[in-house]
Amino acid sequence: MQKHQRMPVTRSRSFRSSLYRAWDSDLAWNFRHSPVAILASITTVSIILLAVLAPWVAPQDAFDPGAVRLEDGFLEPMDRSPATGMLYVLGTDSQGRDLLSAILYGSRVSLLVGFAAVGFSMVLGVMLGLVAGFIGGRTDAVIMRIADVQLSFPAILIALLVFGVGRGLIPPSQHEEMAIAVLIVAIGLSHWAQYARTVRGSTMVEKGKEYVQAARVMGRPSFAIMREHVLPNVLGPVLVIATINLALAIIEEATLSYLGAGVPPTQPSLGTLIRVGQQFLFSGEWWILFFPSMALIVLALAINLLGDWLRDALNPRLK
Amino acid sequence: MIAYALRSVAQALLVLLAVALIAFSMFRFVGDPVANMMGQEASQADRRALAEQLGLNDPILVQFGRFIGDVAQGDFGISYRHGRKVSDLILERLPATVELAALSAILATVVGIVLGVYTAIRRGGLLAHIIMTTSLVGVSLPTFLIGIGLIYLFAVELRWLPSFGRGETVKIGWWTTGLLTPSGRASLIMPVVTLAFYQLTLIMRLVRAQMLETLRTDYVKFARARGLPESRIHFKHALRNTLIPVVTIAGLQFGSVVAFAIVTESVFQWPGLGALFVQAVQFVDIPVMATYLLFVALVFVVVNLIVDLLYVVLDPRLRAGRIRPVG
Repeated sequence: MQKHQRMPVTRSRSFRSSLYRAWDSDLAWNFRHSPVAILASITTVSIILLAVLAPWVAPQDAFDPGAVRLEDGFLEPMDRSPATGMLYVLGTDSQGRDLLSAILYGSRVSLLVGFAAVGFSMVLGVMLGLVAGFIGGRTDAVIMRIADVQLSFPAILIALLVFGVGRGLIPPSQHEEMAIAVLIVAIGLSHWAQYARTVRGSTMVEKGKEYVQAARVMGRPSFAIMREHVLPNVLGPVLVIATINLALAIIEEATLSYLGAGVPPTQPSLGTLIRVGQQFLFSGEWWILFFPSMALIVLALAINLLGDWLRDALNPRLK
Repeated sequence: MIAYALRSVAQALLVLLAVALIAFSMFRFVGDPVANMMGQEASQADRRALAEQLGLNDPILVQFGRFIGDVAQGDFGISYRHGRKVSDLILERLPATVELAALSAILATVVGIVLGVYTAIRRGGLLAHIIMTTSLVGVSLPTFLIGIGLIYLFAVELRWLPSFGRGETVKIGWWTTGLLTPSGRASLIMPVVTLAFYQLTLIMRLVRAQMLETLRTDYVKFARARGLPESRIHFKHALRNTLIPVVTIAGLQFGSVVAFAIVTESVFQWPGLGALFVQAVQFVDIPVMATYLLFVALVFVVVNLIVDLLYVVLDPRLRAGRIRPVG
């Protein structure tokens, strides 16, 4: 088979000049002049780093029941363990688990589910949107009708339904291991429609352009045109939606886990920690609830602000 | 006009049918209906007899038709967990949710419009800035955290309000209401505020944006030039023209009221439909889940239909049939 040549792209630019171009771009200028964006991205990056490095940074392995001392339960923040002298900066929960470690490991679960769910819904939505926009006709009508119906239902309702159905299909003995996977699919399935709509719109615009016609004339199959030529040109807005959806996915995961339809308490995410912490609200152990809530608020707020800034910065109408 | 209305109704029925198909598939294919009803020790012959009696051996289309027939008569099967008719469970919990959702919608609309107008008129003022910032922070917060915060402040620290349940309720026919007793009213406050919060910020931002746009129009300038008092311009001329899109979007947003009701009811252990649904998800109680899905779909479709038709009534341009409403 004859190998097709890609469209020539000027790739010979040196690394240094491309770095300079990136620094000099509108987006970077906008970023340097927005204290909110700088603060939000510093916060987001540090939380992600701390979460990824949790096994090395955290004082204790929060998922290992053997590492936790039951007699250290309900210690207040800045207390030391009477037995080992270990410092509990944020206190301990009812099981004697160091809260700081639990939060670090919990953000890890929250971020993992958030990123994976956004990735899943992005791939699914972009694929369906591309196909709908490019092929058109009945395929388009069916896909977009489903998207319309789904968009009018709240995401959390769909995620709960998918989660419940997933539990019904998986044997009970595997519920704990599969919980994170089911959660990712549930949250991912509740967000694909937005990507599909956006991508479909821009695909329909791109479809009429000359480079697509040229590729058609050259005899390239539709699938290859979609993947190699149209896809790179419709991805811009997708990344903005993905950033905003990341905050939504993290909040959704927290909400599901808070409702008891998420990860099991043996591998708590931030939502699970808040669910557990609420039990001690009336007995005065405020820190078990307070610190995980603060962690979730800061994380969600930082990513949200970043997404808002990105949307405004990339919106040509606001310039 | 009639063609447009008929098309809206047909579309609504199509959506309902699609959701019914999903609900039916859940009933039929998630888990084994026979095993769920008989328990472990039933014999193979008994199982086969029950499957025959339930009609599980009929063609799928026949089964789906029967399912639609049952649903149309209000028969949604029996809850796996409670062992009672799902229709009874739903009816029992409906008043709690309706009371909560209706009060929140009213609160969100009234306060949202007032704050929206205020922040638009006093643009750049200190209080308007504070309100806008608070709303931005509030939107990014998960609903359940707002609820927990309220519980901490008003139930744990101040001990003013009860933290869970509906309090005392009064029965009127099959309907139960918490509005007639002091403890019922006190129990409503925090859930209603929690549920209204998100809608409120949304409506407020919408009114503000619309209002700012309207204040720039020529007829407002002209009204000023004529020397009309500011309050008359703002409320009689400007607000009126901002309200049409606001009312429609608020109506379409009713869906998210249902969604946030799931969360709010769980936070406050409110004995409504949302809490029932969350328990059903935890215990894989398929009949309850499927029925709740159908119920929500029905509410959605009816609300959307009303909004669709209202558009035509409100906007005379649509009657010519040239423009299709967006949304």
